[in-house]
Amino acid sequence: MQPDQKTSVTGSLAFEETGMVFPDGTEALQNISFTVDKGEFVTVVGPSGCGKSTLLKIASGLLEPSSGSVRADRDQLGYVFQDATLLDWRTVQDNVELLAELHGVGAQERKQIAAEAIDLVGLSGFESHYPKALSGGMKMRASLARSLTLKPPVFLFDEPFSAVDEITREHLNDETQRLFQTEEFAGLFITHSISEAVFLSTRVLVMSARPGRIVAEFDISFDYPRLPELRFDPSFAELCGQVSLKLRGSHS
Amino acid sequence: MSSRSATKGPGTVRSLSERVLPPIFLGSGFIGIWYLISYGILEPRRRFLLRPPHEVLQVGFLDWDNFSPILRALWSSTKVAMIGLGIAICIGFVLATLMSQAKIVERAIFPFAVTLQAIPILAIVPLISFWFGTGQTSRVVVCVIISLFPIIMNTLFGLQSADRGLHDLFTLHHAGRMTRMRKLMFPSALPAVFAGLRISAGLSVIGAIVGDFFFGKGDAGIGQLLRKHASQLAGEELLAAVLMSSALGVTVFLFFGWIQERAIGRWYETTTGVD
Ligand SMILES: Nc1ncnc2c1ncn2[C@@H]1O[C@H](COP(=O)(O)OP(=O)(O)OP(=O)(O)O)[C@@H](O)[C@H]1O
Ligand SMILES: [Mg+2]
Repeated sequence: MQPDQKTSVTGSLAFEETGMVFPDGTEALQNISFTVDKGEFVTVVGPSGCGKSTLLKIASGLLEPSSGSVRADRDQLGYVFQDATLLDWRTVQDNVELLAELHGVGAQERKQIAAEAIDLVGLSGFESHYPKALSGGMKMRASLARSLTLKPPVFLFDEPFSAVDEITREHLNDETQRLFQTEEFAGLFITHSISEAVFLSTRVLVMSARPGRIVAEFDISFDYPRLPELRFDPSFAELCGQVSLKLRGSHS
Repeated sequence: MSSRSATKGPGTVRSLSERVLPPIFLGSGFIGIWYLISYGILEPRRRFLLRPPHEVLQVGFLDWDNFSPILRALWSSTKVAMIGLGIAICIGFVLATLMSQAKIVERAIFPFAVTLQAIPILAIVPLISFWFGTGQTSRVVVCVIISLFPIIMNTLFGLQSADRGLHDLFTLHHAGRMTRMRKLMFPSALPAVFAGLRISAGLSVIGAIVGDFFFGKGDAGIGQLLRKHASQLAGEELLAAVLMSSALGVTVFLFFGWIQERAIGRWYETTTGVD
């Protein structure tokens, strides 16, 4: 991907004093400001109900913030939900083709793009399977592949791997990290797993309990590609400890 | 998104016998009780009330002179039921689709759909004959009235059952109303639509027979035949006709189950027991 002047200066995704109060009076977010540039992978951790999903919905435009603003390159947004949200009546291949289809890409090209994405997430051989014949982890991969087809410049992930076991999750993390390197998108990732956050990210943000505010920020400077063994590195463990400490503080 | 577990394997010999044997046992027991009533409980003088099974078989089914009118009447009723069902499907789909597009349309139509469902057919027989005569048309109208409601409700429920996250996905990628309808809502609705179809298919057969009972002009259906046999105290023919009309109901039910299996069986885990 060639550098893109339009986004590189201002950030592909920028929150500016964004706040969110729901119509029922629930204040979910308060004064959130940060940017995610292309080539950055920012992960947000925070207590349950602090407004993380709300943050992504605002980033994607599904929700309008009630104060402040958000700018995002939403043309071909990648958004991986917590559920796989596949169409039950479509095979893996047709599911992965969906977004290209919605964006009017021709059948021939669509097919090829989907094949590449399926290959990237390691689902080759399962193209003609229906979702009912896939495991939870495989569904998540299909969902990931679907988002990849658009080569999204901005990629949002809402706890995408929370429903799979630890080992599968680490595999999917390795894959996500590899994708980040090859596709160089601006990534905004939500998780409850601190080690997942530290392993994937260039930056980790810690949010407070509701109303969500950013209370700590960690730069993670390990070089890419990050090998699975990094998880056993003492400095990795120490960073996880620091994030964990802040997260504990944010609960109160 | 709900994850349906894949517990049902391919039809093995064992699962087949598990499926076929219980109804056979129950059926045998039923025939046994039938004999018991015919021979044990009823005195010979009153045996016409319930003819024993083999006599029903001999007189009602194996005597072509008796059986062919039954088949002819059955065919006439089948036509009425299918025309009625076809019309109900068209009306039901259109109404449900409109209702799914705007809450205000749903609120407007809903009370009328419920009212239609609640009308006792008996009460509007005079009206129907007044408006549509006492022939085929009126029988079809009864069918439509009886089978419309489940189609509307199930189709509407199906259209509204599409996953919230999928709707968000379609919104994110700027899908228009028609695209959303075609690629998301209609396919999501199919399992519920088929559930409604199977209920309505059975109801349409009942509607055809009930309609035939009241409106006898023209091609007589099974309802007229039942009436005739009952008035002549022809027990064997009466029972044969009753059995054949329930066979029609069962056939229609199985037929739609089969269509459902063909249409969505590949991706949808059915729990119908006849797949
Ligand atoms: N549509 C809504 N109307 C009113 N309140 C809402 C709405 N959506 C979310 N909330 C509230 O906003 C807060 C933040 O919700 P959100 O889903 O963003 O939390 P979260 O950080 O993603 O939690 P989790 O980690 O459990 O997924 C919660 O208290 C929730 O009850
Ligand atoms: Mg959430």
